[in-house]
Amino acid sequence: MSTPEVDVLVVGAGVVGAALIRELSRYELKLLLVEKEVDVSFGTSKANSGIVHSGIHDQTGTLKAQLCVRGCQLFPELAAELGFLYKQNGAVVVARSREELVKLEKLAENGRANGVKGLSLLSREELRRLEPNLSAELAGGLLAPSGGIVVPFDLVFALTENAVANGAKLLVGTEVLGIKEEKDGFLVRTNRQPIRAKVIVNAAGLYGGEVAAMIGDHSIQLYARKGEEYLFDRKLEGLVRRTVFPLPSAISKGILVIPTVDGNIMIGPTAHRVDNDDDLGTSLAGWNEIYTEARKLVPALQPADLITAFAGLRAVGTTGDFLIAPSHVSPRFINAAGIESPGLTAAPAIAEYIVELIKDSGLKLRRKREFNPIRSVVRLRDLNPREQAALMQKDPAYGQIICRCEMVSAGEIRDAIRRGATTLDGVKLRTRSGMGRCQGGFCTPKIIRLLSDELGLPPERISKNGPGSELLFGRLREDQEETAKEEKQHA
Amino acid sequence: MLSIRAVDLVVIGGGPAGMAAALAAAEAGVEEIVLLERQESLGGILPQCIHNGFGLRYFKEELTGPEYAHRFMLELEKHSGIKVKTATMVVQVTADRQVVTTSAAEGLVCYQARAVILAMGCRERPRGAINIPGTRPAGIYTAGSLQYLMNIEGFLPGRTAVILGSGDIGLIMARRLTLEGIRVKAVLELMPYSNGLNRNVVQCLEDFNIPLYLSHTVTAIHGQKRVEKVSVAPVDAELKPLLEKEFDLTCDTLVLSVGLIPENELSLQAGVELDPATGGPVVDSYYHTTVEGIFACGNVAHVHDLVDDVSTESAIAGRAAAAYLRGEIKGNRWLPVKAGRNIRSVVPQRLVAGQTTPLYIRARFPERNALLHVGRGRVKRRIVSPGETIYYTVKPEDIDESAGYIGVSLEGGEGDD
Ligand SMILES: Cc1cc2nc3c(=O)[nH]c(=O)nc-3n(C[C@H](O)[C@H](O)[C@H](O)COP(=O)(O)OP(=O)(O)OC[C@H]3O[C@@H](n4cnc5c(N)ncnc54)[C@H](O)[C@@H]3O)c2cc1C
Repeated sequence: MSTPEVDVLVVGAGVVGAALIRELSRYELKLLLVEKEVDVSFGTSKANSGIVHSGIHDQTGTLKAQLCVRGCQLFPELAAELGFLYKQNGAVVVARSREELVKLEKLAENGRANGVKGLSLLSREELRRLEPNLSAELAGGLLAPSGGIVVPFDLVFALTENAVANGAKLLVGTEVLGIKEEKDGFLVRTNRQPIRAKVIVNAAGLYGGEVAAMIGDHSIQLYARKGEEYLFDRKLEGLVRRTVFPLPSAISKGILVIPTVDGNIMIGPTAHRVDNDDDLGTSLAGWNEIYTEARKLVPALQPADLITAFAGLRAVGTTGDFLIAPSHVSPRFINAAGIESPGLTAAPAIAEYIVELIKDSGLKLRRKREFNPIRSVVRLRDLNPREQAALMQKDPAYGQIICRCEMVSAGEIRDAIRRGATTLDGVKLRTRSGMGRCQGGFCTPKIIRLLSDELGLPPERISKNGPGSELLFGRLREDQEETAKEEKQHA
Repeated sequence: MLSIRAVDLVVIGGGPAGMAAALAAAEAGVEEIVLLERQESLGGILPQCIHNGFGLRYFKEELTGPEYAHRFMLELEKHSGIKVKTATMVVQVTADRQVVTTSAAEGLVCYQARAVILAMGCRERPRGAINIPGTRPAGIYTAGSLQYLMNIEGFLPGRTAVILGSGDIGLIMARRLTLEGIRVKAVLELMPYSNGLNRNVVQCLEDFNIPLYLSHTVTAIHGQKRVEKVSVAPVDAELKPLLEKEFDLTCDTLVLSVGLIPENELSLQAGVELDPATGGPVVDSYYHTTVEGIFACGNVAHVHDLVDDVSTESAIAGRAAAAYLRGEIKGNRWLPVKAGRNIRSVVPQRLVAGQTTPLYIRARFPERNALLHVGRGRVKRRIVSPGETIYYTVKPEDIDESAGYIGVSLEGGEGDD
């Protein structure tokens, strides 16, 4: 096996690793992004609230505050370049009592100090006019118009695809197992081939502590804080237009009511420490907590409209702030750890920040002339009827609808597989097929077929999200007998 | 731009309802009918229902699902006026009866119909809708999609299964899985009674010694990559799980048969009013919805126990659409049905005066020896169960027009315990 030699190795293809590799692909560098899962964005970056935070919440002077506000500013242009699902819908923080109104003013001051623009306090009446379905009991609000929403995995797909289009390499299913420092860099052992890298960035999310420890850096201590989220049918679209926050607690921004870019309403997240790094279960207690709190904001929410739930794990450090710095063990090993909320928002700014750290490490960065910031995908749902008709005429596969709830065509699923999806979840996250109200009841068998055909694998090798999660155990007995019979007749 | 094709009648959905409606309309003289189906072939859910038990009421003989569908397909072929478009998805229906479709064969096409029959059937409630806690591994299937994977695609989906929900599909899948060598550990039912037909409880569970746990539910799903086990607990009278009595069942597959939801997203687009009790459109004795020229029948209107009833009802809708196209059934006088004691739903919801109308009635709870009241009509019901349709045909003399409505209720029954 040959040992690829790269300038920068990024470990972990979550939103942080993805934003960084895309930012680095502007330069004349040999780049490699490795991810242990079978696809990008299968970690925390898949399961979160999808909010582009304005930056009012974070304590002034922290990296979190600085990078959140900057990240939020970068989103509109990034979305225009990369075509991921994003909307600047604005956020409102609401006060439930007169006493809370005072805290709201404090929050506004904190936001202004962080550099958040356009903040305004709202009276009870102004709040009701903006969001008529909010509880009549609320005493007032704080409007942050720069806040937005994003489909988090779509962002990660867009970033990695654009980086790859600009020359970066991506290896999925590749886990970093050990790192040895050498004269001019590192020799990295993985479950596949070894890799030589001049600079390593540790963007391993929850596993940041383990990866740092591989070079003898034991300063990164992380634990997991779980957040459950519950998603409602799209028929509730418009119930609230802005993301609705209660006043924050000491450890979290509270239980929110979130309109998603796709038109669903989502409520969550909880914030509870867990001991197990793969504890992604949802619970009755979580639901009760979230539903009780969310109804205080929007009383019309009904359990009958639920379509699904999920949980994500925040990687929480010990300082309360992001830990982004070269390791004390080696200046060429940069940690991006403890990237809890607002890590999704901050990711593009974290990328800029790390590029500066890489420059400081001594690596020469030269801008690439041919860098192309644009990435485009076909989304049938977003086209007008004329454009749809023209597309179907050019390629009939776009006329064959596979996912009926979300209107996803065979053409889009084929494109998703060619863009890198190898699993049912990979197709689902790239196209929305199976994410609608029937949750894959009708389209799953068809997607298994499309994956099997396109990847040239037997259907029983097709999995939900990687080895161990295969969907089928083979063929039925009678079917086997029949095939056997047919084969005999043939012979 | 989009080409617009003018036709007399568009039928949306090529399952048993759509096939029967299109046939009846053609037999009643409608000349130009387009039957639209999103699957590659006609039949709806029937091709995957390879067990028998179909046709006893309609054909007076016992058929399998594919056989039952085949009879209708043969009839359809005899009518040159019915154009069947399979692998064609309807993406929009408007109140003025424009129907937009997409397909690989023709791309985007818009039909302008003089009448439309909605026959889209229903879908299954997924896990999220009933909010089962736990992880999200592979191996969780709704009963219908599992049936498709096995009976149409020929796949082995697991080795040991637990089934949640004792509706008919859940019961039939318990037997099907067992026959394929998959061990069914239990069928769990939240309610204190099965939601399926009694004959299915006997033939699918008892005959195979599959335990049925009434008043039980799944309280958690375990397993990171694939289902490893489920936690199960009995529920109290308020249907709350008694967690202190929780126990685990190991399995690699969890099958959900937790209810069907009529698929009325297109109906809503067209402005059709839905009945919250059925989840389907409000219809009159002719299965005419609240939007002029749009009819609805089959499982899109209400979930049926038997396909035979779907065929009967859909033929009424097909003939009514033909009459409508001849200008015969406009502005009928009708009376609303009013559900009283122990009545969950009644279809049709509006009874046209002077008509004989077969009713499909569903009770809220089980009881014995109740008297069914329908307007002035009375009939004794020995056994009432929410899982089985109560049939009653309203005759003109049952209706007292001066009352302004037709009351339907079950009176004087004894609790079933
Ligand atoms: C419930 C919840 C809600 C949230 N809501 C928001 C929000 O609304 N707005 C916001 O801004 N932020 C939010 N966050 C925070 C945000 O999701 C995270 O900050 C962000 O996703 C972290 O990205 P990451 O790239 O650091 O981690 P990850 O996405 O976890 O990526 C790390 C990747 O590294 C891989 N990896 C690990 N070890 C190795 C190895 N040895 N070799 C190779 N690969 C490896 C992992 O498989 C993983 O894919 C939320 C978080 C949670 C849990």
